[in-house]
Amino acid sequence: MMLRDETLMALGEVIEEGDIVVAVYQSLFDWMEIKPRDLNYVATGAMGQASSHGLGLALANPERKVFVFDGDGSLLMNLGTLATIGEAASENLYHLVFANGTYEVNGGHPVPGGKNIDFASIATACGYPHSFRFSSLRKMQGMLAEIISCKGPVFMALDIEPGKKYPWKYDYIHSSEARDRFRRALNQG
Amino acid sequence: MKSLEYPSGKQIIKQLQMAGVRFVVSLPDIVTSSGLLWPIARNSDFELIRVCKEDEGVSICAAMSYNGTRAVLLMQQTGLMDSLNSIRAIAMDYQLPVVMMVGLQGKEPEPEPEQSSVYGVRIIPSVLEAMSVSYSLIQEPSDALTIQDRIGSCYADSKPHVFLIGRTPIE
Repeated sequence: MMLRDETLMALGEVIEEGDIVVAVYQSLFDWMEIKPRDLNYVATGAMGQASSHGLGLALANPERKVFVFDGDGSLLMNLGTLATIGEAASENLYHLVFANGTYEVNGGHPVPGGKNIDFASIATACGYPHSFRFSSLRKMQGMLAEIISCKGPVFMALDIEPGKKYPWKYDYIHSSEARDRFRRALNQG
Repeated sequence: MKSLEYPSGKQIIKQLQMAGVRFVVSLPDIVTSSGLLWPIARNSDFELIRVCKEDEGVSICAAMSYNGTRAVLLMQQTGLMDSLNSIRAIAMDYQLPVVMMVGLQGKEPEPEPEQSSVYGVRIIPSVLEAMSVSYSLIQEPSDALTIQDRIGSCYADSKPHVFLIGRTPIE
């Protein structure tokens, strides 16, 4: 079993200072509390666009690792992104999907397909050279260093359960303050 | 009767190069296919990112802009219409310089877009005006000469702009 907040804490141990993290919805709200940092990219609009922002950042910043913390409902809304990313073959892009089978921040309604969709296999078929699926935090932690040393695009499907819920800070993620903070951090030095 | 003149694909591409555009993000559009997209695909000055849906391109171009990397999203007006929520949220609400070049598929060569007999073409200027999105028409050859400056203004002001391609660019 993988609780989302514990999974994010484990990922926080391997994310380095110069890495970019693009996250969405509850994973974003949790991540902002667990690992507040200037290179958290929080303004992705809506409708499943996080991985497309991640690809743009990865292409424009090849010297940095870019991590996308996607949701299953979000990815289903923009599934073609997997073929786009597979084709673009960004070596610095790490695409993680936190799959809980629901639209959690929109009332907890089930996503089509529930928890049955094998996103890792779809990613492999779309050209990601490395795809993984985990339902155990311990197993993920055991492989994390090796996975992050792989050249991307790398895909990880994480079958998670909600953990502690952190507050929804919509006003902040859509604010010019958040975008300016990221821009300054990206371009400093 | 004066014969119609068509914009030059080479001139448009030159303007993109002079504007410092490095990435072209695109879905194919029959209006711009021969005169723009195929030449861009063969031009090593550009990195072409092929997307599956146009709203991906809005996000890709917007994210690239954070470190000043310049990009253009090349698509058809059907893709523009399909991407309106991304343009609303990412380009307008977030005030990011997303530059779009849009082939008006089905438009007759002579009239302005607003006078087209094709509903899907005729509504485009009104839709953009309703959203307060800046746009300009590339229809006559001289229209292409405005591209470099307009792209520069987009990035200077951190705002989106749509170039509507009103006649098929010649190769």
